[in-house]
Amino acid sequence: MESKVVDSNEHLLSNVTRRDFMKFCTAVAATMGLPLSAVPQIAEAVTSPKRPPVIWLSGQECTGCVESLLRTGHPDIVTLIFDLISLEYSETLNVGAGHQAEAFRAKSIEENKGKFILVVDGAIPVKDKGVYCMVAGKPVLDILLETAPQAAAVIAIGSCAAWGGVAAASPNPTGATPVHEILKGKGIPVVNIPGCPPNPYNFLSTVIHFLTFGKLPALDDKGRPKFAYSRLIHENCERRPHFDAGRFAEEFGDAGHRQGFCLYKLGCKGPETYNNCSTLPFNDTPGCWPVATGSPCFGCSEEKVGFNSPLFSKAKVVFPTPPAQHTDVVPQKGGGAKSFAYGVAGAALGAAAVALIKRDGKED
Amino acid sequence: MAINRRDFLKFSAGTGLMLTAGATPGRAATVPQLPKDAVGILYDSTLCIGCKSCMVNCKLANSEPGGALYHKETAGKVPYEFPKGDKIYDAPERLSDKTLCVIKAYKGDEKTAGGDKGGPAFSFIKQHCLHCIEPACVAVCPVAALQKNPETGIVTYNKNKCFGCRYCQVACPFGIPMYEFEKSSPSVVKCQLCNHRYAQGKYSACCEACPTGASIFGKVTDLREEAKRRLALKAGDTYAYPVKRVDGAERTEQVVASYVDHVYGLDEAGGTQYLFLAGVKFDKLGFNPKITNQVYPDFTWDYVSHVPALIGTLLVVGTATRMVTQKLDKKKNDAGKGDAS
Repeated sequence: MESKVVDSNEHLLSNVTRRDFMKFCTAVAATMGLPLSAVPQIAEAVTSPKRPPVIWLSGQECTGCVESLLRTGHPDIVTLIFDLISLEYSETLNVGAGHQAEAFRAKSIEENKGKFILVVDGAIPVKDKGVYCMVAGKPVLDILLETAPQAAAVIAIGSCAAWGGVAAASPNPTGATPVHEILKGKGIPVVNIPGCPPNPYNFLSTVIHFLTFGKLPALDDKGRPKFAYSRLIHENCERRPHFDAGRFAEEFGDAGHRQGFCLYKLGCKGPETYNNCSTLPFNDTPGCWPVATGSPCFGCSEEKVGFNSPLFSKAKVVFPTPPAQHTDVVPQKGGGAKSFAYGVAGAALGAAAVALIKRDGKED
Repeated sequence: MAINRRDFLKFSAGTGLMLTAGATPGRAATVPQLPKDAVGILYDSTLCIGCKSCMVNCKLANSEPGGALYHKETAGKVPYEFPKGDKIYDAPERLSDKTLCVIKAYKGDEKTAGGDKGGPAFSFIKQHCLHCIEPACVAVCPVAALQKNPETGIVTYNKNKCFGCRYCQVACPFGIPMYEFEKSSPSVVKCQLCNHRYAQGKYSACCEACPTGASIFGKVTDLREEAKRRLALKAGDTYAYPVKRVDGAERTEQVVASYVDHVYGLDEAGGTQYLFLAGVKFDKLGFNPKITNQVYPDFTWDYVSHVPALIGTLLVVGTATRMVTQKLDKKKNDAGKGDAS
């Protein structure tokens, strides 16, 4: 029996032209800051017949991370799960259910030992042996501990999996714990893609980097891919010029807020949150991220900021260097003697050139 | 000209009085006394994030009636530095006749990182009138257009008295007073600590707008205590810094940065009502290292105090000489006339 859904998916797949496909590969390379020469490599990796198996486990989560992944444009979820990866198990996207799905998960793990990518969304409760989150009668904690050692790589997607997120917010009744803390000391590398939800391209790019080069992208000290999380939101924020010019929205709905001034005084956490929201539009839609819509950044992707510090409290501004626009306290002066020496040297050079040209002219 | 003996004696007595008055030193180089209700600002550059809220708010607040930038002919307009350009990004580079308060940045070498204590490689500094306890500008003003308020200690300016000699500009060691060179009837422009706003229950606009508590307003005695308290803190600890007002309820918890062990303005130029704390050495923040604790009006007092005496003496000596020579001439002329007739 053929379902309509499958039909429509096939229709979509057959519509991908070579041009569109190369565009996608280039976009992925650009997201990761890779040179254009990497595009053919990416193309080769993503078209190789053996798609890497992915097992997606869910802990204490809201499905927001999957939902945001479902709404990507390049590649769309259809391309992702049918062409790029082989999504073996995901509670949200499984076709099968119950014992069937669980059996398939066990089978897939057995078959792809050491080769599959394990994606985890949601925090893992550890209190009372993890009884606060059970799947198929088993605590997620146990499932994770069984599965992770057999995975090629572990990706913790979303702030819950990366830092504990909303589930770990005080008083944390279930002992919600981030994935990397549970796997600490087991020698399993964990990539954190924090965000609530994270920009799906940060996740996709990490996966495709793994497909292409067989290894994880460069990570910072908190296990986040550097291509996405090495800069503060504040550094590239579209409202940054207002910050540097002292123009602030003082309260919601005031004249400054309506004119698009900086949201720092309303509690924007952009100055202490590392993410690429300000440079990479969320789900291909420019102007849809919180700061653009007039809502201060909440610091969702930063450990100990989102879900920890009060919503409207002012951020601690981290400055690598002051903006170039500020005047120096001691203005720079031109070196008098030096400039004069350069001038004399220049004049001598000019005179020599003129003399040479004249002599050349005479010889002709 | 006939001068009778009586007038001459009266005049001599008056000059004598002037001489004695001038000769007694009117002031000794004493410790400057802070006015009773002196108000000021404490600026902590370790808290400053360079957002320039103070600059923007200063300009807006002082363009209101009574403000230091208010002029009847341009009422309702904010004097932007580049009036034809984009007003949103008005970015004054220095103090001017349109800017009373400016934030500047110190960008040091990141390798050597600030001072000897390994302070930050950069810092901000806020410049405006320091409201000296013994202001040089007030001392030099010949028409008392600049005056120090005996209660609040604010150095105020009255443009109706000013006749534009600009001595204040030359005298100020911090280079604060600015002059409206572009105008046909110019006045001097300087921060007056938003004294026009106190009646409305408001205070200095820069402190009101400061989001981090880098600039706080309050009584100078309280600010001095607060500054000393901060210097006693250990770097790395957290401290509930007051925001906006030193005596206000609003506080913000911040990690204490390492301070340079000095409160600028406590003694400099005889003490100022605007105090500074910093994590970078003060001469790197644009403070002239030549400024000592010397009270500025005292510099010239030894000379200036003798001026009335000098004028008096010259007057007496001149008049006496004139009268003597006049009498001699008269006698000579009379004798000559007598001979001729």
